[in-house]
Amino acid sequence: MKPGFIAKNPSVLIFILILALFTLGVTLLSNAYGTGFVSTSMVKTLGKTLCLCLIAIAMDLVWGYTGILSLGHFAFFGLGGYMIGMWLMYARTREIVVSSASGALPMTPQELNDAIASQVFGVVGSSQLPSIWHFAGSLPMQLLFVVLVPGLLAFVFGWLAFRSRVTGVYLSILTQAMTLALSLYLFQNDSGLRGNNGLSGLQNIPGVTAGQDALSVWFLWASAVALGLGYVLSAFIVSGKFGSVMRGIRDDEARVRFLGYSVETYKLFVFTLTAVIAALAGALYYPQAGIINPAEMSTVASIYLAVWVAIGGRGRLYGAVIGAAFVSIISTWFTGGRVPNINLGFYTINWVDWWQVLLGLSFVLVTLFAPRGLSGLIDLIDGLRAPKRGGDPLGPDDGALQEKEAEA
Amino acid sequence: MSALLEVTGISVSFDGFKAINNLSFEIGPAELRAVIGPNGAGKTTFMDIVTGKTRPDEGRVLWGEKSINLLKLNEAQIAREGVGRKFQRPTVFEDQTVTENLMMALKARRNPFSVLFWRPSGEDHARVAAVAKQVGLGDQLDRKSGELSHGQKQWLEIGMLLAQEPRLLLVDEPAAGMTLAEREQTTALLVELSKTRAVVVVEHDMEFVRRLDCRVTVLHEGSVLAEGSLDHVTSDPKVIEVYLGR
Repeated sequence: MKPGFIAKNPSVLIFILILALFTLGVTLLSNAYGTGFVSTSMVKTLGKTLCLCLIAIAMDLVWGYTGILSLGHFAFFGLGGYMIGMWLMYARTREIVVSSASGALPMTPQELNDAIASQVFGVVGSSQLPSIWHFAGSLPMQLLFVVLVPGLLAFVFGWLAFRSRVTGVYLSILTQAMTLALSLYLFQNDSGLRGNNGLSGLQNIPGVTAGQDALSVWFLWASAVALGLGYVLSAFIVSGKFGSVMRGIRDDEARVRFLGYSVETYKLFVFTLTAVIAALAGALYYPQAGIINPAEMSTVASIYLAVWVAIGGRGRLYGAVIGAAFVSIISTWFTGGRVPNINLGFYTINWVDWWQVLLGLSFVLVTLFAPRGLSGLIDLIDGLRAPKRGGDPLGPDDGALQEKEAEA
Repeated sequence: MSALLEVTGISVSFDGFKAINNLSFEIGPAELRAVIGPNGAGKTTFMDIVTGKTRPDEGRVLWGEKSINLLKLNEAQIAREGVGRKFQRPTVFEDQTVTENLMMALKARRNPFSVLFWRPSGEDHARVAAVAKQVGLGDQLDRKSGELSHGQKQWLEIGMLLAQEPRLLLVDEPAAGMTLAEREQTTALLVELSKTRAVVVVEHDMEFVRRLDCRVTVLHEGSVLAEGSLDHVTSDPKVIEVYLGR
């Protein structure tokens, strides 16, 4: 009489199936393993989109389920990218330095180190390897940092913010300030991460001889696996009592407190966990993008994230994925300059410029007229309707689910 | 009989207005007590202090056999000590089913890691079903609580309190918005509960208080005006003056 995890979460099975079919389909159409119908750059775009879907799930957990409108999750995403980027750049540069060494004697470790440092940091006028690059030569250490650095930052930030019971708009502003501060810090040349140049050449994986055609497919698979695991993990978290507590905090956190749950601890847990998920997504994203610079961590990026989740429909995991996939693919299409311009006679609408306006407008329209977002379409198929509550939200808190967002 | 909750000389003021003024209060481990008083007498503030929502400027709040100082604990810790509270307006989690509401309230470990891996056992399901039946929601388990009627929400909230198994129940105007039959049910339930735990009922409906048939504490301007049986306090000239006006 106990239904299993899949039976209680039918969306998990459907999601994994669609994801697997998609990945397989792209593979069979790729340059490296198939007909070559899908170009390598398109495979990369799709792989990156999967990473964006993963961070959207993280955003949905923290905002859609727990009601914390964090505008800082792209900072964690970027940090994850930087951590893996340090290894990619260091190890790749070492390969080049070693292979181009002309002396009869092999280089001493010190010489090797100096050569790498001047290669990597010449662009910011330095030849010293900053101390934060101490472990850059070690993949396991940098992978550990992908989790630890953003996780620790989220933990400390969250501990300070939640402990003083900062909620609602004020918390959003605080997270935004954190993102801005981090991005401004990284813009400085002496921050040790090459300032506004960022890290580049990340698409070349050290020690791998396969070309970009094959690599792009490998990363597509890695991203798909990460997204699948992230989805299952998130479904596990939100399906049980923990999910009840999360939704309780979103709708009425004072009540949750009087039930004996330490709201602050739960928020901190969710915030830190989602920061780590975001960082992992970033660590998979940037090797496909090839370059990371502090502009990626701008506050606007994190606002985009909220827009994706809102357009997809918050408070449901597949909503976040649909929103992120839909908006980022459309965005690629529009900004790629392949959409025909509209000539109005007196003015030509160039979509590369007007795409942002269209996105903003659709965000406003979705918020006003279709608060359940794109997943409202799925509800339509399922025959679900919003509960009739006479316009009341489902709880007194700022982040509480509104009547129109809720499932019946 | 030693007291379960011992409140001594608490005072609190908001922007210079003394909401609670040197108030002392005591209740035993199995006792029913009604707290009455006109609007602004400090009834709700008193509950806020006991549950940790408001910090008093002075005074002591001691709890249980070990005389734990509740003022050093936060809301969640106080709730875990065994203080349950029912609010005036029904506050249930409207986006969640009756079962989910009750499961969340069910007495169990509250730290995130235990909760994350907690899955209801057959026993837990039975307990939830029993509580739901007790509050007349036995056939509503799978409904979203947002769809319930006002009265049903009140009952669900009482059910959540029962599932929490508190040692002290603070109930704020339970009869508000209930039909006569529901009031009688509520009275019976509260009297029954007070046989095994302490129950404090804040109410200003005198008829309801009379039906509870218990000791009454009258609050006025943030302190205790009179205490005793309902007949005793209603014959007190000070109480008459406060309630009937000069």
